[in-house]
Parts: sequence; structure tokens; C-alpha cells
Amino acid sequence: MGRYVIRRLLQMIPVVIGTTFIIYTMVWALPGDPFAGKCGDRACPPAYISMMTAEYNLDEPLLVQYGLYMVDLMQGNFGETFRGTEIVNELLQRYPTTVQLAVIAIVFELVIGIAAGVVAGLRRGGFIDNLVLVSTLVVVSIPVFVIGLVAQIVVGVQLGWLPVTYDGTVYSLILPGFVLGSLSLAYVARLMRTNLVENLRSDYVRTATAKGMPQKRVIGVHTLRNSLIPVVTFIGADFGNLLGGAIVTEGIFNIPGVGNMIFRGIRDREGATVTAAVTILVLVFLLVNLFVDLLYAALDPRIRYE
Amino acid sequence: MATTEPSAAPRPPDAGAAPLLEVDDLHVEFRTRDGVAKAVNGVSYTLSEGETLAVLGESGSGKSVTAQAIMGILDTPPGYVTGGAVRFRGQDLLQLPEEERRAYRGRSVAMIFQDALSSLNPVFPVGWQIAEMFRVHEGLSKKDARARTVDLMDQVRIPAARERVNDYPHQFSGGMRQRIMIAMSIALDPDVLIADEPTTALDVTVQAQIMNLLADLQRERNMGMILITHDLGVVADVADTIEVMYSGRIMEQASVHDIYGAPAHPYTEGLLRSIPRVDLKGQELSAIKGLPPNLSRIPEGCEFRPRCPYAQQICHDTRPPLLEIAPGRFSACHFAQEVLEGDFDNAEQ
Ligand SMILES: Nc1ncnc2c1ncn2[C@@H]1O[C@H](COP(=O)(O)OP(=O)(O)O)[C@@H](O)[C@H]1O
Ligand code: SF4
Ligand SMILES: [Mg+2]
Repeated sequence: MGRYVIRRLLQMIPVVIGTTFIIYTMVWALPGDPFAGKCGDRACPPAYISMMTAEYNLDEPLLVQYGLYMVDLMQGNFGETFRGTEIVNELLQRYPTTVQLAVIAIVFELVIGIAAGVVAGLRRGGFIDNLVLVSTLVVVSIPVFVIGLVAQIVVGVQLGWLPVTYDGTVYSLILPGFVLGSLSLAYVARLMRTNLVENLRSDYVRTATAKGMPQKRVIGVHTLRNSLIPVVTFIGADFGNLLGGAIVTEGIFNIPGVGNMIFRGIRDREGATVTAAVTILVLVFLLVNLFVDLLYAALDPRIRYE
Repeated sequence: MATTEPSAAPRPPDAGAAPLLEVDDLHVEFRTRDGVAKAVNGVSYTLSEGETLAVLGESGSGKSVTAQAIMGILDTPPGYVTGGAVRFRGQDLLQLPEEERRAYRGRSVAMIFQDALSSLNPVFPVGWQIAEMFRVHEGLSKKDARARTVDLMDQVRIPAARERVNDYPHQFSGGMRQRIMIAMSIALDPDVLIADEPTTALDVTVQAQIMNLLADLQRERNMGMILITHDLGVVADVADTIEVMYSGRIMEQASVHDIYGAPAHPYTEGLLRSIPRVDLKGQELSAIKGLPPNLSRIPEGCEFRPRCPYAQQICHDTRPPLLEIAPGRFSACHFAQEVLEGDFDNAEQ
């Protein structure tokens, strides 16, 4: 197991290098002048341009630019934005917010998604089952920004239960967290339901009944444990997606998170900002995936890594 | 009460007189989108203490469904018991509310399944799954249950039981897994053990070992055993009585000795002809031609008629009831006597 983890960690190195290179190249290779519009209405002064050109090695070939940039990155030097703020400060400010948002989304997926799936699966064809099937279908087919706006209007404005936009508190992240998690929540509910229904028909569940186990134990111990395995691993893998995929939700609720930072970075051609933010995302994503694989093995004894 | 057995399962007042297990005119159907499949159509048999009753028949003849109905583990929906009774020492299990019926499972009637790999829970250690019987039914502590479990694994001859209690089902061979199933089923010393094709999924060499183990356990504990199989060869040594099932009905019922001596039903005759026999070495095996009927459209008259080499007009018109044709012998064939006496030997086959 230990060797497996080390091997997986080593495999991450080329993946990180590859992805960051692609991102770096794409951001800087975008057509157009990187200094367009950076200095108000006027063209930027030549002194500024030459300073920035030197800072980012813009004269060098792309590969060299990238290499020099990565060397800086390895030393913890994330560079500055064109406006002169330290990128590392911005990352430190934004990542915690995005992580909080993702965690809230995951909690919703876990609690509501699994509960809805279990109730639906146990009463197949019943009212709750149909309700879950229809509502998850609706959620899956509606764009996130529509869900976000409706949630703002209904929960935030009409009912007044939760803040409409982000005000710096975790409390105001509950509604956006729900919106962010809604799509995966629907998947989790369906996945849970399908697994449960399938496992309820399995031979080992029939064995448990034949052993004279009480119905509660047959479902709660013998069926649930197996049904949860794919769901838990889905949710684990989803954490990575939620971190990077919160752009729309962050926009709707005015949350200064990572998604928002990357979006502005791309728009303003802040290559260093985008690359730094995405590099961290990629790293987190890879680590989460490793964690999920280990979790999978912990839940299902049939899986062993060497 | 005349009984001294330790089983704590509830007993009706007349327990002493009633047979151990009595299946009486059992009917089961599956209501599916493709129609109603009548899987069990009036099966009756009786099992006594220490008796081994073999249920024989091709795949799809309703053997497992009958067993599931006895255990109360039918898939409902789509499966429903539509008639009959399953009496354990006189108590009709089908009339009991679920919670009372549960008390009989594992304790009075236990079951072994064909595929031990899929029948054991993949995510729990085998010892845990066996110990669960003691913990849930008898409220034993973890430690005591574990001690009993190791003991039981020894009894079913699993080598190094103490080291292997915490292993998972997939870490065992097929034969060892079936031993674990067996250990689990006999944990509470049941009065009736139903073994549904316990060796079908195993290698030939292992099959004999498992059958011997089952026979030994059955004798030691004086259990009534229902041995379901589609393999006549398996039952010859261990069974006392044979029920031949076809299309959800008993076609012939007799002692092993009688059936092997001379079958009294063309279907049994066909089954016997399809097993390899030492005395007929060199002869080609003949499987019964044709397929069992679709259970949603069982033909009028005799169910076996489309495949029967002796069929006459009466077989088309009237379904033959299961009748006693000799002391202790029952056959559901209009020409049972003729088949029994070999008078049909010249019929085209
Ligand atoms: N879960 C089920 N759903 C629908 N039909 C079933 C189910 N189980 C059994 N049946 C029907 O019952 C028939 C008899 O099945 P079974 O008792 O398993 O046969 P076998 O004699 O091989 O054990 C099958 O051919 C099928 O038509
Ligand atoms: S009743 Fe007729 S068709 Fe049926 S088994 Fe006997 S001879 Fe064959
Ligand atoms: Mg079967």
C-alpha cells in the first residue's frame, strides 16, 4: 500500500508539468496584445511594457518563459499580477472561500442525496420515488445559473431565510453551496437509488434474510454498506470538480473565489495568475483522486493495490 | 410436549404429532410484464427428522422457488404464494406475520445456496458473517460468538480456521466458501436444512467432499435435509426419497431405491438415461429432447406431453394427477404402470 501511494505521487509530477505547460501556453498564446487595455484608455507607456516584458521573460521563446516561470513557482514565488498585487496573497484569500463552498456542497450531496436515494430505493414506485426521479431529472436538465437565480429569489428574497449574496460569512455560503451541489446531489440520489435497488435483489441480501436477520439489519448493514461504495467514491471525486467548477455559482452570489479569479485572469490575460491558480487546482484534484482510490479500497475489501 | 430439543422457536400445541416439515399444495406465481409465470403448481411433500429428500428436475422446474417459498425469501414482487401451506411441526409458516416468521429462519429452517461467492456479503469477513448468527439470534458477546465461529469453521473442516476468520469471501476457494455457507447455515442447529444445488458451482473433485460433509452433518445432527439438484448422480448415495419436479409440479415421488430400480414416469426415465452409468459404459448419453414449457403458457393436459415418447390422446385431454401407484410410490402419468413395468420399451423414442 505504501509503495502504491509513493508510485501514485511520483506519477503526479509529469501530469502537473504537462497540465501547467498547456495552460501556460494557452493563456500566453492567446492572440492579441497582452497589454491592450491594461493602462486605461491610453496605450501603456513603453517603460511599463519593458518592465513587464522583463518580469515575465516575454522576449524569450515560450518554452523558456515557461521554464523560468516554473522555477519561480517551485521556489514559492507566484509572481505578481499586472496591477502589482502578489498572486500568492490572492490565492491565500480565495482558496479558503472556495474550499468552504465546496465542502458545504458536499455536505448537501451526502445528506440530502443519500437520504433521498435510500428512501426512493426502499419504496420503489412509490410517491417519494417518483418525486425523487422527477425532481432530479429537473435539476439535471436546468442550467446552474437558473437554479442559482431561482434559489436567490425564493430562499433569499421571498422567504428571507438566507443571505442573497456573499457577505464574508460561512452562513452566507449555505445557499450557494446548495446551488453548487445541486447537480451532483441529483446524481448522488439517483446513483444511491439504483445501487440500493440492485443490491436489495442480490444473493447476499437474500442470504441475510434467510439467516433470520431483522429487516432493519438486512437493509441497514448488509445492503447499505455495499450501496454506499460507488456513491462515496463519486462524491470524493466530485470535490475536485466543485473547486474548479464553481465559476458560475461564484458569479451569481458574488463570491470572491478561485473560479472567479481564473475567469478574470483569462479575460484579462493574466497568465501568471491563471497558471498559478490552475496548478493548485490540478494538484488538489490529483491528491483527492488518490484519496478516493484509497477510500475505495478501504470500503471494498476486494480491491487491493500493490 | 414430548420434545427435548433446545430450539427456542415457537411451537404450536400439537408439535409432537405433526411432521417436521410439510409442504401442502403450494402454488407460486411470478407476475411480470411478460405475463404470469406459474412457477409452482401444487407441490406437496413431507420431510421427517433425519430424512434426506432430494428434489430433482431440470433447470426452471421450480425447485428453488419452492425452497424460497418455504424460507419466506421469495422476491416479492414479482413472486407471490397464491395457495397452499408450509407447516413446520404443524405451524403454517405462511400464516405468520413477518416478525414471527423470522424466528424460524436460520433457527428452525436454514438454507445453503448454489453460488457461495455471490451469496456471501463481499464486504464483511467470513467470521463476522457466521458470528452474526450467534450475535443477533442468541445475543452472544463478540468474543463468545467468535469462539463459537472458529469452532464451527473447524467442524466444517476449514483448515487454519483461527487464522482465517477475518478473511473475506473472495480470499477463499469455491469449496471453502461453500463450507463457510454450510457453517453459517448450521450455526443455530436447525431442524431442517435446505441445500439448493450446493455443489453445482464447484469442481467435480470438490463436489464429493461437500456432499460427504453435508451427509455427515445431517446424520450427526439428525436434521431433515432437502437436497435440490438437477444431477441424479449426486443424490444416489445420500437421499432417502426423491421428488421429481417438472413445470412446477411433482411428477414422481419414490424412494431412491425404487426410482433407480425402475422409474414410473417417462420424465424420470429420461433423466436417468441422461446420467453416465458404469454398467452402460460406452453407450451414448441421451438428453431429453425438447425444452421445458414456458411457465406462462403451460400446455393443456400433461405438461410433459410435448416431449414424451409415449404420449397418447388422453395425455392431450387430461392432466394426470399425482397418484399412488404402488405402496409409497407416486406418479403423475396416465401410463405409470406401463412405464414402471417397461411395457413401453418398443415405443419410438
Ligand atoms: N425472480 C424471478 N422473477 C421472475 N420469474 C422467476 C423468478 N425466479 C424464478 N422465476 C420463474 O420461476 C421458474 C422456476 O425457477 P426456479 O425455481 O429457480 O427453477 P429451478 O428448478 O432451476 O431452481 C423460472 O423458470 C422462472 O420462470
Ligand atoms: S401422461 Fe402421457 S404425456 Fe404425460 S408423461 Fe405420461 S405418457 Fe407422457
Ligand atoms: Mg434453482
